[in-house]
Amino acid sequence: MEIIKAENLTFEYIRRDEEGNVEGITTAVDNVSLDVKKGQFVAILGANGSGKSTFAKHINAILYPTEGTLYVDGNDTKDDDKLWTIRETAGMVFQNPDNQIIGQVVEEDVGFGPENMGVPTEEIWDRVKESLKAVGMYEHRKESPNHLSGGQKQRVSIAGVLAMHPKCIVLDEPTAMLDPVGRKEVIRAIRALNDVEKITVILITHYMEEIVHADKVFVMSKGKVEMEGSPREILSQVDKLKELRLDVPEVTMCAYKLRKAGLPIKEGVLTIDELKDELLRLKSIKKGEV
Amino acid sequence: MIRDITLGQYYRAESVIHSLDPRVKLSGTMIFLISLFINDNFIGYGVALAFLAFVIAMSKVPFKFMVKGMKAILFLLLFSAVLNLFLTPGEAWISIWKITITKEGAKTAAFMAIRLTFLVIGSSIMTLTTTPNNLTDGMEKGLGFLKVIHVPVHEISMMMSIALRFIPILLEETDKIMKAQMARGADFESGNLIKKVKSLVPLLIPLFISAFRRANDLATAMEARGYRGGDHRTKMKPLKYKKLDAMAYLVLFAYLGVIIGLKVVIK
Repeated sequence: MEIIKAENLTFEYIRRDEEGNVEGITTAVDNVSLDVKKGQFVAILGANGSGKSTFAKHINAILYPTEGTLYVDGNDTKDDDKLWTIRETAGMVFQNPDNQIIGQVVEEDVGFGPENMGVPTEEIWDRVKESLKAVGMYEHRKESPNHLSGGQKQRVSIAGVLAMHPKCIVLDEPTAMLDPVGRKEVIRAIRALNDVEKITVILITHYMEEIVHADKVFVMSKGKVEMEGSPREILSQVDKLKELRLDVPEVTMCAYKLRKAGLPIKEGVLTIDELKDELLRLKSIKKGEV
Repeated sequence: MIRDITLGQYYRAESVIHSLDPRVKLSGTMIFLISLFINDNFIGYGVALAFLAFVIAMSKVPFKFMVKGMKAILFLLLFSAVLNLFLTPGEAWISIWKITITKEGAKTAAFMAIRLTFLVIGSSIMTLTTTPNNLTDGMEKGLGFLKVIHVPVHEISMMMSIALRFIPILLEETDKIMKAQMARGADFESGNLIKKVKSLVPLLIPLFISAFRRANDLATAMEARGYRGGDHRTKMKPLKYKKLDAMAYLVLFAYLGVIIGLKVVIK
């Protein structure tokens, strides 16, 4: 069953001059149709200005489509009566960890969402405990968010969304402002949500490394979905990705170059282990020949 | 480090006063202030002093922290005391050269000094024993009745707690921008006052822009997490009166009763 269903979704930013006259129209999302099934881990990939964040904001009904429709768990996002249901179904984590933490203590911040939903006090405490444990931040529950690292703050933000018990979490470039260590922590937490809690995850990113574990990848460019498929299918098309101004992971790049140089390595190598196995396979074939 | 600045002047300790409901402390401070102004005799101030000493002892906050607050109003205190001392007309008490001190003047001056001192110490007990967070919570609930006359109590307390949360972030940002501008040759230290104020412009403009951007992001994030104002909201840490709070109220009203009683009796 589809949890997110976009039908010919188009969104236009209207630029106005100081008098309020229309200066120009930028089409940020252009006729996008895509489905996300329940329990899937979906990555949406794209360079800056590809419209991926704009699309993400539609899922949480922060923006409404100019044309077309978006259904979140069967509810049309244009329907004002369903607004809060939609926001409780699809939680959202943003890029800057500092600008989305409201509480002055970690546990209070995680409790903010359930408080807004009108959850009874004892249940809020249960939810906070369980969500903080899910992202591995339970030991820090009494601390001030100002004393945490970027990765930790972002995990608190994820816990904050998790405590609302959403069916789906949309993460809009959650790792863009983090160092490599923080990035790993966050990605690990996101994968755990998908594997263990069976929550649908939509990860918006421009880091290729992060899409490797996704079930399905959509690549956006200039507001359109240019490619879709499994990570392997996407990463096999190195030339196309470069054309869309995206960086290919080093391992895939290395395999790609070796293949171009004439070695019979398979397409779409995703991890170092895979490349190692490929190379060992080649070595054994060569030995066999001699 | 700039992020280690503690906000307000909260003093961490385990005491009866610390564990009181913030609403009790807020109304307690109000009652104490009222008692200072309705009282007009020295015995009453003696009672107030005893009460204050009792609360200070219970709060386990070192006395020097309360005196700290006094420094700021020392000038005001001396100024008003001196003015009252010399300028109140009445029966002459001491007369040196052309300056006369009247009995009434001495009394008003002394009362003024006592009132101001007690006032500052009394309210500093509240801020020293209550976290800013708790205080905003207490204000939201304690002043909830103002909602009837359309005062947005919840919104105000939400704004206060968000402001408190962002102060360290903005301080850090100021530090960052300052260093960035200094690296590009900005000079924040030399010159006269006007020049110094002018040199703050390249610091304040980026700071304002970033603050607005943060506010916008935060508003979006709050809406995404289902924030829709104070109605329908539940509390993770609801304020509930305990036995101790009831006792504190009893003590407070007993104190107020004594002050009012003294005033009536002495009159």
